[in-house]
Formats: sequence, C-alpha cells, structure tokens
Amino acid sequence: MTPPHPRTWLKVTPAGLWCEPGDFHIDPLRPVARAVVTHAHSDHARPGHEAVLASPATLALMRTRMGEGAGRTRQPLGWGERLRLGAVDVWLEPAGHVLGAAQVAMEYAGSRAVVSGDYKRRADPTCAGFVPIPCDVFVTEATFALPVFRHPPADAEIARLLASVLLFPERTHLVGCYSLGKCQRLIALLRAAGWDRPIWLHGAHVALCAAYEALGVPLGDLRPATAAAKADLAGAIVLAPPAAAGERWARRLADPVVCAASGWMRVRGRARQGGVELPLVISDHADWDELVATLREVAAPEVWVTHGREEALIHEAAKYGIAGHALRLLGYGEEDEAAA
Amino acid sequence: MIAFAALLERLAFTPGRNAKIALLRRYFATTPDPDRGIGLAALTGELAFATAKPALIRELAAARTDPVLFGWSYDYVGDLAETVALMWPAAATSAAPPRLAEVVATLGGAARGDLPGIVAGWLDASDAPVRLALLKLITGGLRVGISARLAKVALAGLAAGRIEADAIEEVWHGLAPPYEALFAWIEGRGPRPDPEDAPVFRPPMLAHPLEPEDFATLDPALLHAEWKWDGIRVQLVATAGGRRLYSRGADDISAAFPEIIEAMAFRGVLDGELLVMRDGAVAPFADLQQRLNRKTVSARMLRDFPAGVRLYDLLFDGAEDLRPQPFAARRARLEAWYARVCPPRMDLSEIIDFASLDELAALRAGARAASIEGLMLKRRDAPYVPGRPRGLWWKWKRAPLTIDAVLMYAQRGHGKRSSFYSDYTFGLWRDDVLVPVGKAYSGFTDAELVWLDRWVRNHTTARFGPVREVEKSLVLEVAFDAAQLSARHKSGVALRFPRIARLRTDKPAAEADRLESLLRLVGRVSAVAG
Ligand SMILES: [Zn+2]
Ligand SMILES: [Zn+2]
Repeated sequence: MTPPHPRTWLKVTPAGLWCEPGDFHIDPLRPVARAVVTHAHSDHARPGHEAVLASPATLALMRTRMGEGAGRTRQPLGWGERLRLGAVDVWLEPAGHVLGAAQVAMEYAGSRAVVSGDYKRRADPTCAGFVPIPCDVFVTEATFALPVFRHPPADAEIARLLASVLLFPERTHLVGCYSLGKCQRLIALLRAAGWDRPIWLHGAHVALCAAYEALGVPLGDLRPATAAAKADLAGAIVLAPPAAAGERWARRLADPVVCAASGWMRVRGRARQGGVELPLVISDHADWDELVATLREVAAPEVWVTHGREEALIHEAAKYGIAGHALRLLGYGEEDEAAA
Repeated sequence: MIAFAALLERLAFTPGRNAKIALLRRYFATTPDPDRGIGLAALTGELAFATAKPALIRELAAARTDPVLFGWSYDYVGDLAETVALMWPAAATSAAPPRLAEVVATLGGAARGDLPGIVAGWLDASDAPVRLALLKLITGGLRVGISARLAKVALAGLAAGRIEADAIEEVWHGLAPPYEALFAWIEGRGPRPDPEDAPVFRPPMLAHPLEPEDFATLDPALLHAEWKWDGIRVQLVATAGGRRLYSRGADDISAAFPEIIEAMAFRGVLDGELLVMRDGAVAPFADLQQRLNRKTVSARMLRDFPAGVRLYDLLFDGAEDLRPQPFAARRARLEAWYARVCPPRMDLSEIIDFASLDELAALRAGARAASIEGLMLKRRDAPYVPGRPRGLWWKWKRAPLTIDAVLMYAQRGHGKRSSFYSDYTFGLWRDDVLVPVGKAYSGFTDAELVWLDRWVRNHTTARFGPVREVEKSLVLEVAFDAAQLSARHKSGVALRFPRIARLRTDKPAAEADRLESLLRLVGRVSAVAG
C-alpha cells in the first residue's frame, strides 16, 4: 500500500495547519484543544490553548511572555524524542531561529511531513542549529524569498556597529531589535566581538534576556537603560524595540545613532522608512540562498510555502524538480516584520 | 572601493551635518592615495562621468539572473542599480574588489565593447555595497547629497586646526584629482600647493539678516548702504591662468555666461551680482533663471537674456590682495579701477546717501522695483572676511514673508498634473537636521514645474507610493502670508498659503533658513497682530 500523501492528513483550517490523524494544530491562530508550537514569537505562539506541546525552552519563553496564557497543560519534548499523538509520530528538531525554535516532524502511515516554523542556517550562539530532516512534504517559511535578500556575515555587521561607536564615542548607539531572539543574539555577537562593557536594555527586553540566562545562555553585564546616568549612555550600546527611538523614553539617550538590526535593512527603501541612521543586516531567518539550499537538502519532492514571497520560491524550486504550493495561512509574519 | 562604498552607504542614511563631516574625515584619514583623491573628486562632482548606460546594467543582469526573479526583485526594490547590486549571483573568483583609482583609470581607457566584461568581472569580485557604488559611479548616478563645501570642511579636519576650509577653497580650483599635493599639505607633509596663476575661487563674505534688535547697535555714520539686487551673487576671477565666473557656492558657471567671460579683459577678482540687464535696467529674476544651470548657451539666449554684473567689491587688483583693507578704501579702489578699465557689461552698485536709519527705512519701503530684494548695510571699516562674520554686513530684506527652505519630498499632483511631481514638502534646519515645515503646490511657472519635476526624478533617494524623497540639496524660496504656532505640526509652526516664490539653485542647502529664525519671525508677527 502506498503511504497517504500528506495533503490527505495535514490540512489548512481557519485555526491554522491541522494534523487530522493526530488531532493537533501546529502554531494555531486561535485557541485549540491541542497545539504544537514551533517557537515563542507571538505570531506562532498564541495564548489560550488547552494543551501545548513544544520544546522546553519554547515553553519557558511562552511562560515569560504570556504567563497563564501559555496553555493549561504544557508538555515539553526534547530534541529528537518521538511521541505518539493519535496515529501520528511527532518529534522536534532545532530550527536555528531563536532559542527553543523547532521544526515539527510528523510521520503517519509511512508518510512524513516537516513544518519548519521560522528558521535560519547561520550559526547562532544563543540557540541550537538547524537540522535538515528528509521528508515527503516540507512546509517552509519564505520571509526573505527574493534573490535580493542575501544576508552578509553577522560578525561583519557587528564590526560596522563597533566602528561607528568608535567614530562617535560621545553618542549613544540605539539598536532597534526584536525582544525575543534578535536582542539576545546581538548581545552574544557583541560579546564574541569583544564588547565586554555593560549593554543597556529598554524595559521591554529585560525579562526575556533574564529568561535566556536562566535557560543557560550567558549574556554578560546587562543593565536597564532607565537606571543609567546620562553620562553612562554616551558611547554606550542600548538595545530597544524598533519603535522606541521615537518615544519619549529615548530622550535620555545622548544624541542617539539610531540603528536597526533586521534582514529588511538590506533594501535601502525599507531602511529609510524607519528613519534608521545605521541599518544592520542581521536576520534570524534564512536568506534566499539558504532557503533554496534547504529545499534541496531536505530533498522533499513537494514544498508548501508560507508567510512570505511564495511565488519566487515556488518558481525557483521548480528548477530543481520540486513542486511548490503556496499555503495561504493568514496571520503569520506579523511579528516577523519586526523580528526578521 | 570598499572604503568608498562603506562611506556612501553611511552618508546615504546620515542626516546630521557634523556626523557627515566625521564620516568624511575618517574616510580621508584612513584611505590611501590615490583612492581618497579620486573619492574626493567623486564626492565633489569633479568626476562626473557616465561611461555606462542603464541598458548595459540591464544586459548584464539579463545574462546572469533569471528574468522572472529579476522582474519581481526590481518591482520590490524600485531601483535598477540597487536591484542588480543586491541580486548579482556569487561567482567563483580570486579577484579582489577593484580599487577606486583602478576603476576610474580602466574606464578611461576601455573600448566600448570591452565594458560589459570588465564590469561583470568587478561585480563578481565585490560584495553588494561595492557593487552598488560601482554601478552608480559608472552610470553617473552617484548622488551623495553632500556639498563640495562639506568635503572641504572635512578635509580641513585632517589638518588639526592648521588649515581652514576657506584656505582649501582658495587653492581648490587650481588642483585636479587625485589631489595628492593637497593631502600632503593638509597632513603637514608638503607645502601649500601654489595655485600660481590659476583663477581660483575666494570664499565670499556674507551678510547677516538685520534683526530689529540690531537697530540700536547701528551707527549710520559708520555704514555704507547699497541696494540688494535680486540676481545671483558671483565672483569674477581673471588671471594670467584664465578667466572664471563662480557662483558664491564655488561652482564654476563660466560656460553658461560666455559674454561675461569675454568682458573680463583685466586681471583681478571682483564680487558682484549677476543680473539680466537691458540698457542698464535690471530684469526680473525669472529672466536670469533662463540662463542658469546650462552647460552651453544659444545665440538666441544671449540676445534675449543678456547678462551683466553689478559690481560690489574689488578683492584683488591685479595680484594685489585688497581684502585686508577697509570697505571704504576698497570701494575707492573699485571706483578708480572701474573708471580706468571700463569693462563692458558691468556697472557699479550705487552707494545710497542717507543721514539716518529712519530715512533708510523709508527708502526701503519705497523701493518698488521687483529686482530689488532690499538693502545691504556694510561697515566702512570692515575688511573682506570670508564666511559670515558678525556685526560687519547686514541684509535688510523687503517684506513679504519669505523663507529659504530645502525640498524634502515631492508628490505627484492630481488631474492635469497627475504625471508631475508638483506637491512639494519643504523643511528648515533645526540643529543639523531638516524639519518639514509645510507643503506648497503653486507659485511656479509651467516651465519651472517641468524643471522641478525633472529635478525630483533625477534626485530621488527613496519612494513611498506616490511620494518621493529627494536629495536634500534644492533650496526653494517660499513666500507666505502668515505664520502661526501650531502644536499639530512637527515643526511647531503652520504657514498660511505657502507658495514657491523661486528656485534658489544658486544657494547651498546648508545655507537655507533655520527653524528658529521662522519661529522668531512668528513671534514678531503675532506680536504685531495681537
Ligand atoms: Zn519567528
Ligand atoms: Zn514567523
């Protein structure tokens, strides 16, 4: 008997992607009885589910972000541990996106599908690296699925930031970045580049940095920017949500150089829209080359493409004999605009 | 080109003047000769060359990228060179990115047919920022948005206080890329490059606006008054090395005014106002505008819009530098010089007799000619000091209310104007950042609209739907009926019926008005009204 095609058992519903023989949703958009969550970004991890299955770090980060909303029962699943849900074997492998971020692998009657969640392929000291899983259908993200998006090496971007700090030692460098993942990765990159001075945080970033440290990711000397004397902030690096530069909060900073760390900074028009003075192309998503390489590596004959520029990736996949379909799931990518 | 590309990248996103200067200074301090000199030439517009056409870039892209993906990418990015720079596929090469001097030298000698191969090789060896700088450079699309003056200020920064930007200005037009002698001088490794007989530019002396609080400090007995003519301020330089006509921003505008150059059969440096004059009568500014911004000029233009110069000052008589002398002495020398030389197409700015400031105010109020902008007041004992020294020269402009603002954004109009960028958002300086203060969509002629539309398209730095952000380099004189404080506006002030009074292509953006001047004006106007 030939194994059933994943389209017969993995379906798009108003609540999101639903695995019928296992009776669970993956990253559901509305409260459900059983959710498997890839990672703790708010467009993937939403509050109010009955039972949540995720990596231990994702569960911990969900608790930090949404407290009791993180699910009535929460079941951790370690990397590679198989669990039987209904008639389906489920396991998680790292996606390399942020701490705890997982791909969800499912096997049903000899047919295997993998949902990537968000992923990247570059080394990131704050989370486990992406593990390719051969499968029949690969559900991929496509945030940066245009060939103009090719992320430069992150350490080169950090070197640009530090060169700017050296050039403007009397000014604060305010780096707009998302509070979960990007913030901690930037800190780790700065530490790796030898920046051992205090790094100052906007209040929105404090709790998640503490959660990362509690999960075993050392971040060094972090301090709340609200506690800084004005003199402390001259020549300092401050991390804050991207919108903070326009808030009253920013008045404490010394003539700030507004920086932003995101894959969108690759395109000048996008960088200008945010009023950014120093765009840093640092992303937690795969760039174009990495998306295409990943499709070839997992060797699935069919890919389903979600949140992003589906048409370009489908066009490219066809060159390698991979059939692509756009999976129109509304609601993802909202957080990615800031977090990418 | 790595350092040059990195500099362009930062300049493109840096609004502050001081920050720009710091970036330029670091580039000049850390980049070796001859690359930095070539970079300087590119930044100051001395390297305007367009070897490659956009079609060449399209061909290269077509040969190396998927046309469907290219189409989608171009739609997303909106700029041809940027799209190609970003999506150019990696190729195995051991070549290093080209150096700036190498690019310029190679392009200078390359046969047309070899160009695609050369450029493709460079693109293969470069990363995205270098590819973008390269493509912009070779297609003549390098819009840096900094003035030549700013580059000179940054250069002076390398001299640790020994050399002022004005001193660099005085040798600049005697030099050529890659400026190795200039860098040697600035860095204390060589002598001042002697311009010898080169017709170099001398930084002009500028006036402060006369504020009401200045009146008490003025002694009529110590002052000369002249009409402030509504043309453009120019400097005439004639030496054994040649004749030049410079705008006050140091742009060489000789080619647009051959009849003036022809009339300069003397040796000396003069300061004056360039005007269109018919039988000694000054024509409106709009007539002069017909002659500006041209590389060549037709016989018909010469006949219909004849240019002349109204002389204000004599800076050099032959090789003798008169600038240290007081104005009264220079004026006497100017009158004697004029009687002796009798240069065609030139006359003397008239000295106005007055006994009291009240009398002067009455004269100012009574001046109806459109070609008069107001009055100039100059201290008799003042030497000619470059820049804008305090307390020596004042300009006392006539009403109505005007500001010199910088064009920031343009939007397409409606109806008949839907294909024109006809709505203009302009801003004033606060510290070293431009703050938008209003929008204007009238006041210009049809011909000016065509000119503005083209300018906007050629100087776009970003697009948001129907709106284009432009290089912050075009000064607009904006006239308005009233101004009031407004909490709803980012600038804190709202203008009533702002309209474009004229295009100040002669004025550097850095010299546009400051927001605080407008706010002071508002305070005064509302005090009168209230
Ligand atoms: Zn995410
Ligand atoms: Zn996402």
